[in-house]
Amino acid sequence: MAENAALTEQPIAWFSEVGLADRPSVGGKGASLGELTRAGIAVPPGFVVTTSAFEMFLQAMETRGPVRARVADLDPSDLDAIRDVSQDLRRLVEEEPLPTHVEQAIAGAYAQLGEGGEPVAIRSSATTEDADEASFAGLQDTFLWVMNASDMIRRIRECWGSLYSLESIAYRRKHGLPEEGVAMGVVVQVMVDSRAAGVMFTRSPTTGDKSVITIEGAWGLGSAVVSGEVTPDRWVIGKITGEISTRDISDKHAMQVQAAGGGIHEVALDDDRRTQPCLSDEHLLTLREIGRKVERHYGKPQDIEWAVDQAGQILLLQSRPETVWSTRDKNQPVKKPEGNPLNHVMTIFGGKK
Amino acid sequence: MSDPKSFPLPSSVKVVPGTENAQAALPYYTQFVPEDDARFWFYNSMHFPEPMHHFDLITAEAAYCALGAFNTRVHVLPTTKGIDHRVINGRVFIGGVPVTDPDEIALRQEKFQERAFYYYENWEDLYAQWKDKMKALIADAQALPRPELPEWEPIETTHSGKGIASNHSLLDIYRQQLEGYFRMWHHHFEFLLLGYGAYLTFFDFCKRAFPEISDQAISRMVAGMEAEIFKPDEEVKRLARRAVELGVDHHFSDNMVIEDVLAALDQLGDKGRAWLDELETSRNPWFNVNVGDGFYHYHRSWNDDLSMPFAALPGYIEKVKAGENIERPMDRLIEERDQLVSDYRELLDSDEDKATYDQLIDLAHRVFPYVEGHKFYCEHWYTNLFFNKIREFGALLAENGFFAEEADVFHLTHYELESAIIDLMLAWSSGSQPLGPGHWPAIVAERKQAINLWADETVPPALGVVPDVIDDPAIVMLWGITRDNLDSWLDDGTENEKELKGFAACAGLVEGTARVVKSVKEIGRLQQGDILVCQVTNPTWAPIFQKISAAVSDIGGSMSHMAIVAREYDLPAVVGTGSATSRIKDGQRIRVDGSRGLVTILDDEEVPANG
Repeated sequence: MAENAALTEQPIAWFSEVGLADRPSVGGKGASLGELTRAGIAVPPGFVVTTSAFEMFLQAMETRGPVRARVADLDPSDLDAIRDVSQDLRRLVEEEPLPTHVEQAIAGAYAQLGEGGEPVAIRSSATTEDADEASFAGLQDTFLWVMNASDMIRRIRECWGSLYSLESIAYRRKHGLPEEGVAMGVVVQVMVDSRAAGVMFTRSPTTGDKSVITIEGAWGLGSAVVSGEVTPDRWVIGKITGEISTRDISDKHAMQVQAAGGGIHEVALDDDRRTQPCLSDEHLLTLREIGRKVERHYGKPQDIEWAVDQAGQILLLQSRPETVWSTRDKNQPVKKPEGNPLNHVMTIFGGKK
Repeated sequence: MSDPKSFPLPSSVKVVPGTENAQAALPYYTQFVPEDDARFWFYNSMHFPEPMHHFDLITAEAAYCALGAFNTRVHVLPTTKGIDHRVINGRVFIGGVPVTDPDEIALRQEKFQERAFYYYENWEDLYAQWKDKMKALIADAQALPRPELPEWEPIETTHSGKGIASNHSLLDIYRQQLEGYFRMWHHHFEFLLLGYGAYLTFFDFCKRAFPEISDQAISRMVAGMEAEIFKPDEEVKRLARRAVELGVDHHFSDNMVIEDVLAALDQLGDKGRAWLDELETSRNPWFNVNVGDGFYHYHRSWNDDLSMPFAALPGYIEKVKAGENIERPMDRLIEERDQLVSDYRELLDSDEDKATYDQLIDLAHRVFPYVEGHKFYCEHWYTNLFFNKIREFGALLAENGFFAEEADVFHLTHYELESAIIDLMLAWSSGSQPLGPGHWPAIVAERKQAINLWADETVPPALGVVPDVIDDPAIVMLWGITRDNLDSWLDDGTENEKELKGFAACAGLVEGTARVVKSVKEIGRLQQGDILVCQVTNPTWAPIFQKISAAVSDIGGSMSHMAIVAREYDLPAVVGTGSATSRIKDGQRIRVDGSRGLVTILDDEEVPANG
């Protein structure tokens, strides 16, 4: 679907209003959640604070003093200067008042998410492919269990502020990237109180096999799996056959859950639960169906984050194209073609490998 | 290897005390010799899981005569020749003969391409011709008369000027039957390795393209639908349907005595006899399937023992009456297979790969009817005729006091049996008493004892020096033996006592009550939902698959016919566990993981302390 032109004007956009083409306005994460929503995949409801909202905020800030110009003038080798500017700008971003209409739009959207004080997750949503790279550190902020509107605004500012982290500025200066257009979207999404969560790869992360789906998951929030703090259960399922060919049920010593007053904390699991599989076969097969649907929708293999809520419903938190194997794909055939197909049997009979 | 483990040398394996004579009676060419210590041997538990009777060893001999002939000299496999075999304590050990000299391999490659490719190119015609040959061979065996010695020569011998007396026909029948058996095994191997090879070529391609694809998914893409091996079960289903149509279905129940049912139907009049006629149609030829793999004389056929098909009838009848369609949904099965083939094809990146894939799946489909179908003619139908003919000699010799029972004949080697037959021919000829009755009973008693002693002896899975690599295609294809297997065999002592590993034959996770069934006589004990645990599962057990929730066997590979049929019936199965029937106790709760090839004994799992 084509880019949504209206987004250059509005401070927030609902997931249903955006698609992949809107990456410049809402960032990659926001665009992907919109795309999934439009494809009929269940994702927790939410909206994106657009890059326009950031631009409006920045413009207001710059009426009081330059921001982008200060960064653009920095010498990439002068780390002390970068540190000073970074500290100053982050403080400004976190303290400057938001333009009234921007703040109202965000608060209004939040109010629509639920009846007062719906817990939400806040995620930064970078606009450039580059930003997906680990080298562009500081941009991948996620805040879970944000419990009210003022905390939400504070976290949004923190996401914006990360654009002016030491690492981000240093990276942009080193690569001579223009400051014009440096912006980010911020995803605000209803928090899933997940019974179990994890990741799904529609292409094997270990072998690149496109015919299997690998699912990893653990009890509680997916953050435990993504951060590597809990060894997840792991299953391999035939993408086409639905056959569950690997079941590695791990010892999941702990899970991450909502902390009182917001945020997350880790709780230990009892002996019974830690060795129980966190997903039923039925959930595994439903996940496989969802994985296939998403892959078909995008036309290429995906890395997906999923969660199962307390009611047992599966929701996707993110989907992005698989990058490791797709860049490694060699144009080499699986096997050298033979004029006479019978020559292929020599692999088995002839001692040829 | 940091910790080199190895298998015992052949010379270190001792003949079980008390069985020395039984061992010595085996042909000299099957006894280990000192030079054999330098080679690698493995126990062929797949085909010969139980100690062999002296006569039954003819199967190893005939099969390896033929296997080697085709590998070594007919098709000229480039990197391997035939199989040598040795027998100790009733167990058959085999060793491959790899070709390693590059020049010899190159020469053999050239010949192989000339010969094997001819077979692939003309596969359908040659296979049609094969079926005709097999049917003619079977007809020849069926035409052999029962061996008999009349008191007086029939008057026809005089009137026709035949000039040959009845005692000569004993030797004639015996030698013809033996000759037929050796010939059958040649036919068996005419296509087998080429068929497996073409299948494995496709298999290899799939594993390269889809490194994590399961064996089951690949075999599902190749599986044929109309193979002879499904026919016996289909006949049982047909008989169930006919019983309902004829209104005689109430005669069949779970605890019926088969003879009584047959007699009752015969008494019943037209409808009963109509069903008996249907039974006859099914029996010839489709009940010529034995309940094992055809390698033991005591694996009788359905025709010799109707327990198996009759055990399945009540269940099928109930389904027919409930309005269920029990026939195999051929159109759907074929559609599913084609869908699978095209779905995997879509995942391939380039047109080049797709073209190779198309070529290889075509070839696999071309060869597969033989791979699935040959067993019915060879291991089942012919083998059954063969052992039954030997039984007739057993009956004749028992009548003449050579031993007590007809089945005792299987304690003689085929050479010894010929000598006993000649003894009887001489005695009939001279009018005096044969010497056999004074000679054989003690030997038979000794060998019965030997079989029992051998059965209790633990068999090393392999002997001799472990090779660095096993790339003998024949051994990999027929026995599934790889370097990895050998390492796990060497680790055997340290593995989890509650776990049995085997080949993943058909996916699915099932927990249930184990029913250890050691012979077909016991299948009546199977209750709905039980897990069948048996030595050898085989397509002819298919009729009872409706009753059970999973199957576990001691022997068989992921390409074994049991595995093929389990997939067909979507029955979770683990085959080739090696020891399920001895380690699992009847009635224990077990878990079968058909995807991973794992069986877990749950029953006496320790209860956690807080429980």
